[in-house]
Amino acid sequence: MKVGAWGAMILVVRRELCLSFRRPDQLLQPLVFFLIVTTLFPLGLTLQLSLLRDMAPGVLWVAALLSSLLSLDSLFKSDADDGTLEQLALCGQGLTVIVVAKTFAHWLVSGAALVLVSPVVATALGIPVGAFSIMMLSLGLGTLTLSWLGAIGAALTVGLRRGNVLLSLIVLPLAMPLLIFGAGATDRAISGVSPAGALYFLAALCVFTCTLAPFAATVALRITLE
Amino acid sequence: MWTWFYKLASPPHVYTAAAALAPWFLGLAAIGIGYGLVAGLVFAPPDYQQGDAFRIIYVHAPSAWMSLFAYTTMAVAGAIALIWRIKMGHAVAAASAPIGASFTLLALVTGSLWGRPMWGTYWAWDPRLTSELILLFLYAGVMSLRSAFEDPARGDRAAALLGVVGLVNVPIIHYSVLWWNSLHQGATVAKLGRPSMPGSMLWPLLSMLLGFMLFYGAVLCTRLQGEVLNRERQAKWVREAIQS
Repeated sequence: MKVGAWGAMILVVRRELCLSFRRPDQLLQPLVFFLIVTTLFPLGLTLQLSLLRDMAPGVLWVAALLSSLLSLDSLFKSDADDGTLEQLALCGQGLTVIVVAKTFAHWLVSGAALVLVSPVVATALGIPVGAFSIMMLSLGLGTLTLSWLGAIGAALTVGLRRGNVLLSLIVLPLAMPLLIFGAGATDRAISGVSPAGALYFLAALCVFTCTLAPFAATVALRITLE
Repeated sequence: MWTWFYKLASPPHVYTAAAALAPWFLGLAAIGIGYGLVAGLVFAPPDYQQGDAFRIIYVHAPSAWMSLFAYTTMAVAGAIALIWRIKMGHAVAAASAPIGASFTLLALVTGSLWGRPMWGTYWAWDPRLTSELILLFLYAGVMSLRSAFEDPARGDRAAALLGVVGLVNVPIIHYSVLWWNSLHQGATVAKLGRPSMPGSMLWPLLSMLLGFMLFYGAVLCTRLQGEVLNRERQAKWVREAIQS
């Protein structure tokens, strides 16, 4: 059967989603981690909701970055270990198509899921309901960008036995602009100022990484796989 | 005409060229840094606002500049090695990374020492210091990625790619950190750069900048020799070079 690039992409996304939903515990773990980390901050800092609200955007975003990182490690690893990735690389579709599909599927089960859970956490941190839409939009853009940055990191560390810590070391500095603008947008939405500037920057970063990162991740995979 | 370029790909030639260049760089660096230190620390007038504390700029600004310069060198050498498969590019990148990280550390330390009398604290989340700190993290990532692989050739190429990705991100990080300060309306702090600077202050600074660059060149050449010897330790010419 002859399959085009779009067809191959859809097939890989379907395969990834199918695999994730067969292991629901792995799907839930990063989300539970997200909830636990955000619980730590009120316990460690203060119980006063008014003070928490000032810190809420930062707390939310740091927790989101960390929990997305947690699941990034498995982006290419299991497929590289059992040889599936090599077969996919040889299937004649070009590795970039596979990388795009895998990263997008990963974002659907990690980033998008995190966006859906975020209102619960936001309520607990005292973020007003009016700011939810901006917060979810910024988190969506941010996690998508992070998935792309993380794809580069995951591709670079795929052959390493203990690449998890190294992956964080590589990806977190690159993700700092996301934290700045993401938390900035949420912060402004809470205080009632127009968050448009920060959101535009997030969107620009997202488009920028979406266009360039797949190629960088492909090169990285070729380096570590060959 | 292009033979000198092709020669850059040959390890023995790189080794001898680096060995020949290093003393020149070192000597010229000593002149530049020597003049800069004496003129900057002794003869330049004290700043009308900061007094003598401003003099740390003669170490701080050149090392901050060199931290970026060394990163760019590392990333460009890595990209050349990655694209044209010139292995010596990886050697240059590997030699440049620790020097750049040291300059970054020096810029951070001098910056916080300057902050103590000026801000009253060793560390303020000044945008420039913060982006310098993130640069240090980028160096750490590249260096540990290089050494994480059992196969050194693979580590070289992975580190080269990460260096290029980092180079694209350095301006993004720098400007987002600058704007982050304006977003948060943090404490307004004195900036090092002043619009006008009298010549008696400026010339020593430029001399230090040049001296730091030459010093970087000297250290890079010396480290490069070590890198080449280590990478080519199985080769016959290495044995001959060491025995001679």
